[in-house]
Order: sequence, then structure tokens, then C-alpha cells
Amino acid sequence: MERKKIYSNWFIVPAMVIFTVFFLLPMVISFFFSMTVWDFNSFTFCGFDNFKTFFSDTSLSSSIKNTLIYAILTCGLKLILAFFLAVFLTSKIKTKNFLRSVVFFPNLISTIAVGITFCALMHPSKGLINQVITMLGGTGVDWLGNTKTALYAVILTDVWKGVGVATVIFIAGMQSIDKTYYEAASIDGATGWEQLKAITVPLSRPAMNSVIILAFISGMRTFDLIWAMTGGGPGYVTEVMASTVYKQYAAGFYGLSTAGNVIMFILIAILAFPLQKFLLSREVD
Amino acid sequence: MKRKKKLYLLGDILGILAAAIVFIVPFVFMLVNALKERREANLLSIGLPKETHWENFIEVFKANDYQILTAFKNSGLLVVGSVLILIVVGSMGGYVLQRRKDSVMGIMNSLIMAGLMVPAAILPTIWVLQKLHLYKTIGGMILVEVALQIPFTIMLFRGFMSSIPIELEEAGYMDGCSRWKIFTTIIFPLLKPVTSTVIILNAVTIFNDFTNPLYFLPGSENATVQLTLYNFMGQYSSSYNMLFADVILITVPMLLLFIFFNKRIVDGMVAGAVKG
Repeated sequence: MERKKIYSNWFIVPAMVIFTVFFLLPMVISFFFSMTVWDFNSFTFCGFDNFKTFFSDTSLSSSIKNTLIYAILTCGLKLILAFFLAVFLTSKIKTKNFLRSVVFFPNLISTIAVGITFCALMHPSKGLINQVITMLGGTGVDWLGNTKTALYAVILTDVWKGVGVATVIFIAGMQSIDKTYYEAASIDGATGWEQLKAITVPLSRPAMNSVIILAFISGMRTFDLIWAMTGGGPGYVTEVMASTVYKQYAAGFYGLSTAGNVIMFILIAILAFPLQKFLLSREVD
Repeated sequence: MKRKKKLYLLGDILGILAAAIVFIVPFVFMLVNALKERREANLLSIGLPKETHWENFIEVFKANDYQILTAFKNSGLLVVGSVLILIVVGSMGGYVLQRRKDSVMGIMNSLIMAGLMVPAAILPTIWVLQKLHLYKTIGGMILVEVALQIPFTIMLFRGFMSSIPIELEEAGYMDGCSRWKIFTTIIFPLLKPVTSTVIILNAVTIFNDFTNPLYFLPGSENATVQLTLYNFMGQYSSSYNMLFADVILITVPMLLLFIFFNKRIVDGMVAGAVKG
């Protein structure tokens, strides 16, 4: 059968046109505009000045470090928590369907709503979290106002919201593991912990890889949670790349904002693509 | 064996307790504070309201000259428009991408899949929208949302296509069906399960999208639900009852969707993640 006759290339055209005009084309021209000072109507070429400014100004360059901390920590925490949650939720407990839904649901609500709620929960004097800490005899922390804790407080909120997706991915992976492995292992006298290490961990590797990639990329791109909870402050300790892009845009520095955007592409490209290659290569073995 | 049963019961109890504290408390907190009187809500406690003030919700609707109604209308238009276009272009695209494996399709496939990772180039997109006179219009916003969701949508359709036997199309072709007819009458109806997944997941993502409307759809007459909520944060920073009433209004549609389509949502997300 001649495949070309049945499947016309035209079918891909509508999707490709929209995708090219509103995604690929802007991406390509961003490399050009990142080397200019521009205002949508006119531009002046300025070489790599925007990039130099970006790396020399600590309020801007620290956003790169913060983004990396954010991406790595949210990714690691989601990975570990989701793994154990999934082990727990695939065991024989009776309420597992209900608990799965409960863990997953935060993922569906708007990030702004989550931000507002956790800002209130983390309120330094009245917030529920500090009330509980005081009740237990500790001293409350100004979670979002303290330069040492602010970024981590947002990271924990992100984990709260996103751990559900990672968990259901792990659950799907673990349910596809052949039950006979566990039976054989327990006949041989392997303990639950040994079974977890020798069977569950290696056999849920594909799920693990999906979780890592997904969580890492969404961490690198994060914007709305930061924006709703701290707006980049206090100072610029929670400033991430996407929030710098927005702030420079709002301040009218379009070239600098575009340069920030380009740095984001490059960072994701040099980190995420090799990470994916590496993870997939380990999956094959 | 008895010991094991007890262990699972203990797991049940501990699991529910932990889930209640970590995942349910924030929702209870939203709800009770949405129903409180202003000063009581500003204490940010989780206690039940002394009197329930359902009228908070009416107040939220009335705020800023019924802005929230406009916002729901805008968000609704945005979601419906984007999802409809996504179904049409995504199903057609996923269909040929899965069936034809030549080099042109290979290139297109990798371009589209790169869109799963790379973030949007924001200011140049505004520039393109301005050149096309689509900036600050719902139409332009719809096209941007479509462009951003095309990778995920095509991936879902393409994945599902591989489970549809190719003989169906070949039989259709032998019987003299046109290419367009083969797709619309044979293939598209078979895509129903994945189409519903695409509808739900994209609707949730686009409804919850804050960043893109912030950039591409500024202006109070264009505000979407998420932007109104964000503006409320500044305006009602001293009346948490109103703020949380708005939060609840925005959360309830998602809760309903989740109750009805729980399995579809979860399975769709897993399929998307694992194949990507």
C-alpha cells in the first residue's frame, strides 16, 4: 500500500502553521531581539550587552542560581515523596482510592489560589503553620518574609501542589510490575525493604525518569507560584528566571527581558536534553 | 497473617490522618474563611465561622462592577475556542504523524516535541501578535494557547493512533473513500476516548493559566478568571473572606470536573508523561 496516497501531508499543516507562527517563529526571532534594545516598533542593535548586563547585575544573575535550586529541590523532593507515597498507595490499604484522589487534586486548582492560601497559612503571626509550631513549643518563622526561608517555603508549596502527578505516574509504573517477582522474593525470604530495593526501584525506572524530567522542566519554568507568593522578594532571594523576564518587561527593558528568555532556553536545552538522554540510556540496560 | 491485617489497618489510619493534615486542611481553611465575616476571617484561623455569611459570594460577584462575570465569560471563550481548535488540528496532526514515518514527518515531530520542554519566547510573541493585529484580543490569546498546547495534544493523539489498526483505512481507501473522508468518518470517531482526555486536560490547563493571559491579554475588560483572582489579592488584602470566596468560586468547577472525570484526568496525565 502506498502510504503517501492515504495520508496527505496537508493534515499536519494547520497544526504546524499555528505552532510555527506563535511558537517557533517567536523563538527564532528572540535570539535576534535579545541582542537589541527594542520597543516592538524599532530596535537598535547592541551585541551581547544585554547578556553582559544580565550576568553582571546580581539581582538578575542570582535568578539563575535560584531557578536551579528551585528546579533541583522540587524535582528531588517530588521524586522521593512520590515514590514512597506510591508504594504506600499501591499496598493493600482500603482507603487507597480516596487517598490517591486527595493527593492528586491540588494539581488541578489554580496556582494563584494555592499561592493565596499558603501565604495565609504561612502568615508570620496569625498563620496556621506558625500557630502549630508555637503550640508545640517552637518559635514561628516568617516563612515568606525571611531571606533565608522564602525560597524554600515556595519550594515546599510547589511540592505540595505537584507531588500528586508524580505519585500517579509512579503508581502506574508500579502496577505494571509483575506480581510474581514479589512472590518469588518473599518465598526466598526477602524482607519488604529488600524487595523495595531489588524489585520496585529498578522496575519503576521508566516512571522515575518521567517524573524527573517533568518535575525538572516545570521547576525551571516556574513563574506563577513565585509571583503569587513573594513576587520575587524579599529583596531578590526568590527571583527566578521567568520572574526576571516579566519584571524587565514591566519595567520597559524589552531587550534585557528577551535576553533573559534566551538564557532560559539555553539553560533548559543544555540541562534537560542531556538529562533525558542520560536517563533513557540507563533505562535500556 | 492477622498481624499483617492489623498493620494495614494502622496504615489506613495513619494515611488518612497524614492526608487530612497535609492535603485537606488547606481546603477546609479556604472554605471556612470564605464564609466568615471580614474581621473574623482576617484572624486566619481554621475554626468554624460564628455565623455563615453566604452573601460573601454575592459580594464577590458584585465587586468591581461584576468584573468576575466578565472574567468567567472571557475564560470560558478562551477555553472553548482553544479546545475546539486543538481537537481539530491535534487529531489531524497526530494522525499523519503516527501513520507516516518519512523524514519530513520526523523533523516536524521533533520540532513539535521540543515544544514540550522549551518555554515560550514571550516578547517576540507579543511582537508577532501586534504585527497580526491580534494583541489584546481573545482570538490572539486563543491562538497562543493552541500553539502552546499543540505538543501535548498531538502527543496524546499520536499515542492513541498506534492502537488503531491500519487495515481500517486501507479498506476505506480500497472502497474509494477520499483521504478527508477516511479521517472524518473512520478515524475521528474512533479517537473518542483520547479526544475526551484532550478536552478535559486542556480545559483545566487553559482555565488555570495565569502567565500567558498576563502577557498577551492585558486590560481589565479582557481579564480572565485567574487575573481577577490575582488583582483581588492586592485589592482585598485586608478582607480575606472575599479573597477566599473568590478562591472557592474558582476551585469548585475543578472539583466538579475531578469528581466526574477522575480516572480520565489521571490516566491522561500519566499517558502524557510516560510517552513524552
